[in-house]
This record gives sequence, C-alpha cells and structure tokens, in this order.
Amino acid sequence: MSDIKITVIDREGEAHVVEAPTDMNMNLMEVIRLHELAPEGTIGICGGMAMCASCQCYMLTHDHLLPEMTYEEEDMLDQAFFVKDNSRLSCQIPITNELEGLEVKMAPSNEE
Amino acid sequence: MLIIGAGPTGLFAVFEAGLLKLKCHLIDALPQPGGQCSEIYPKKPIYDIPGFPEVLAGDLVNNLMEQIKPFEPGFTLGERAETIEKLEDGSFVVITSRGTKHNAPVVVIAGGLGSFEPRKPPITNIANYEDKGVAYIIREPEFYRGKKVVIAGGGDSALDWSIFLSDIAEEVTLVHRRNDFRGALDSVEKVSELSKIGKINLVTEAEVVGLQGEDHLESVVIRHKGEASDEEIKETDYFIPLFGLSPKLGPIANWGLEIEKNAIKVDNSYDYQTNIPGIYAIGDVNTYRGKLKLILCGFHEAAIMCQSAYQRIFPDKKYVMKYTTVSGVNGFDGSKKEAKREVVKSIN
Repeated sequence: MSDIKITVIDREGEAHVVEAPTDMNMNLMEVIRLHELAPEGTIGICGGMAMCASCQCYMLTHDHLLPEMTYEEEDMLDQAFFVKDNSRLSCQIPITNELEGLEVKMAPSNEE
Repeated sequence: MLIIGAGPTGLFAVFEAGLLKLKCHLIDALPQPGGQCSEIYPKKPIYDIPGFPEVLAGDLVNNLMEQIKPFEPGFTLGERAETIEKLEDGSFVVITSRGTKHNAPVVVIAGGLGSFEPRKPPITNIANYEDKGVAYIIREPEFYRGKKVVIAGGGDSALDWSIFLSDIAEEVTLVHRRNDFRGALDSVEKVSELSKIGKINLVTEAEVVGLQGEDHLESVVIRHKGEASDEEIKETDYFIPLFGLSPKLGPIANWGLEIEKNAIKVDNSYDYQTNIPGIYAIGDVNTYRGKLKLILCGFHEAAIMCQSAYQRIFPDKKYVMKYTTVSGVNGFDGSKKEAKREVVKSIN
C-alpha cells in the first residue's frame, strides 16, 4: 500500500493535510469525502461522473501533472459557478504517485 | 401507499407493494419517472445491478416501468411534495407544489438526493428579483412577447430558448462564459446564424454579475472576461439563467423528520421507518449505520419496508412472504404471470 500526502483547503479556508491511497482506484473527490472535509450532500452529488459540479476544486500545484480535461468535465464546468482558470472537477483527478504534495482549494458550494 | 420520488427505488417499491396487494401512487418533481437515472445519466451504463452485467440507466428505468405495469401505479409528475399532515385516523395528507392533495395510510420517501431544482447563479441580490424579472424556468414563452430578455448559460436549454424567444421577444441577449457552446450542433449553428442577422445579441466570454432595478428588474451588469473594470450595464425586462438542475432535499427537510448528513435518519435496517411512524425513507435519501448509496440497496430496502408498511396498514392480517416463482405475479389489471408447468408426457 502506498499513500501520498495531499493538502486540501476546505470551503471555510482551513487547510488539511490528508493521506490518499494510490492503489485503491480513488479520485480526489473521494479522498475529500473520505476525510469528511465537506458536508455530505454538498460534494460528489452525481457520484463522480462529472455530471454535477459539486466537487469543483482549484488546483494550486501540479498543473502539468494533471490529466487532461475530458469533454464531459469541460462541459460541466461550463455550467458551474465560481469557475477559475485552475478549476477542475476533483472526481476526474485519479490519485497517482505523481500527485504527492498536491495542494487544492475547494470551490464554494452552490448548494447552500 | 404514497411514494415520494419516482427513481429506481420508488419504482421498485411499487412492485414489492404490488405483491402484497398494496396499490401505490408516486409523486415526483421531475416531469418523467426515473429520477437521476433519467435526468442526469440515462445513457450511462450501470454495472452493479444483480443479473445485469451492463444496463443503461435509462433502460433500467424502462424495465422497472414494465415490471410494475401490472400494479397500475398512479403518477403525479412535475409536482414537488411540499407539506405533510397527519390526520386523526393516522393517515397522511401530502400536498404538492401545485396543490394536489394525496391521502394515504403510509408515506414512503424515496427522494434520492432531493428534488431537482434550477441552479441559481451566485448573484447576491438575485432572490429579490425572483418573479420580478428573474425566472429560472420558462413556463409560458408568450409571456416574453415584445420584451427584452437576457438569457445566461451555454447548454441546450439556453441555446434552444434563445432561438425560440428570438421570434417572440423584442430583443434576446445570450450571455455565456466561453466562446464554445456545449449544446447540440444544429442549435449552436442556428444561434450563430441568428446572431449574424442581429436576431440574437450574442455576448461570449462574459457573465452576468449584477442585477439592478427599483421594484422590478431594469438592467443586468455584464462582466467581460472576468475583469471588474470591463463591465457594461444592459437594460432588460427579464433575466433567465439556465444552468441546469441540481437536487435539493427541499421541503422534506421541514417535515419534522430526523435529518443527518443531508439524509433522513431511519431506524437502522429493521424496516426503514423514520422517527415519524408511518413515514418510511428508502434509497439514497435515508441514512443509517452501514448505509450504502447503491441502487441495489434501495431495492432491498423497498422490499423490507413493504412488509412493515403492510403490517401497519393491516395490523390484524398475517402475511406469509411468497416467491414470485411459486405464486407468479397477479396484476391489478387482471394480468397474471406465472411459471409454465412442465408437462412430461409419458412414453408408452
């Protein structure tokens, strides 16, 4: 088992350093949920299909190491709010060894 | 039984109830049955429905509709369950957003993540202008005849309504954050054509960030390329943001049910009853220790719940669980499905 460390800044602005397994076929949204860094029902609403934007994060590092955006992800970010140039849907970011030290900030929730 | 939510779990509950000769009526805020499966991902394959190595979400819904057909469920679609009241006889009255009243001895909430509602853009004073120039749904296009309309969004509905209203409204402005549109190719082309001949005022790489007006909306603030220094004020009678739908627990949250983590707490896996006897919660909408939000778990919960609901409705009756392979399926419509009896002819 191998874990990497990721820093997640939650919607309140608090930074959390969490461990993320690279061998569990997990994505970043699932890691954030696993550590309960956002209330249930405000993240990963579609389950991780890039069909809602509740897991939007701003990627603060590792820009060049992230997978390219799929059409679906781009599509969805198009409908989302608070979108910036470094916005990604965290459900579309698989946890891999290259992402050791990744820092992300969760976008505000539009679900109140 | 009154079932709130016509997603896969709610639909399958009709089948399980039907085997117990209980008739069901379903309410759903969406205009079609199927819940998320129809609304969000009808073309996505699901791989963890037992017995189906792969099934499209839309097909799963169609199959469920076929499966429950003999039990003649009633549907009230496009209406959201708003309020619930317990009557003296122990039954419940649920009133929908359109005022339809439903009375049943048992209410089952199979509401998934909640009812789908339009996504509202984060403009601070937007709530002040709702029904005063801001609309999230176009109910009656004629309403906009001769008016100035600003539409925001880049998907099919934003494109289609821009095209449609360009013949009705005095002026249509479509504001979209990017240059690219996600909608169907012919809609995108049509909008581009209409923009060239001046019938749609197309504003891309821009966002509506502010609303102005005394009692009614008078103008919107359009920000170009995310630059606060590059804003224009556009006079308009109506602003229609079309950014798709997202689920919200909604009025159910105020029904006096115990809520935990945006879900309804039930008494573990005994019968999925809520803290109000007679109201059950099944599928993604409930939570209990060990909960898994899977369609197959919703099906299981539906079956268990029906046994308990039956006992509640008929406290004096004894029920013996039967297998469909043995008893078949006797529809309320008079139809009967049962296994063929194999007759082996004797060999003389």
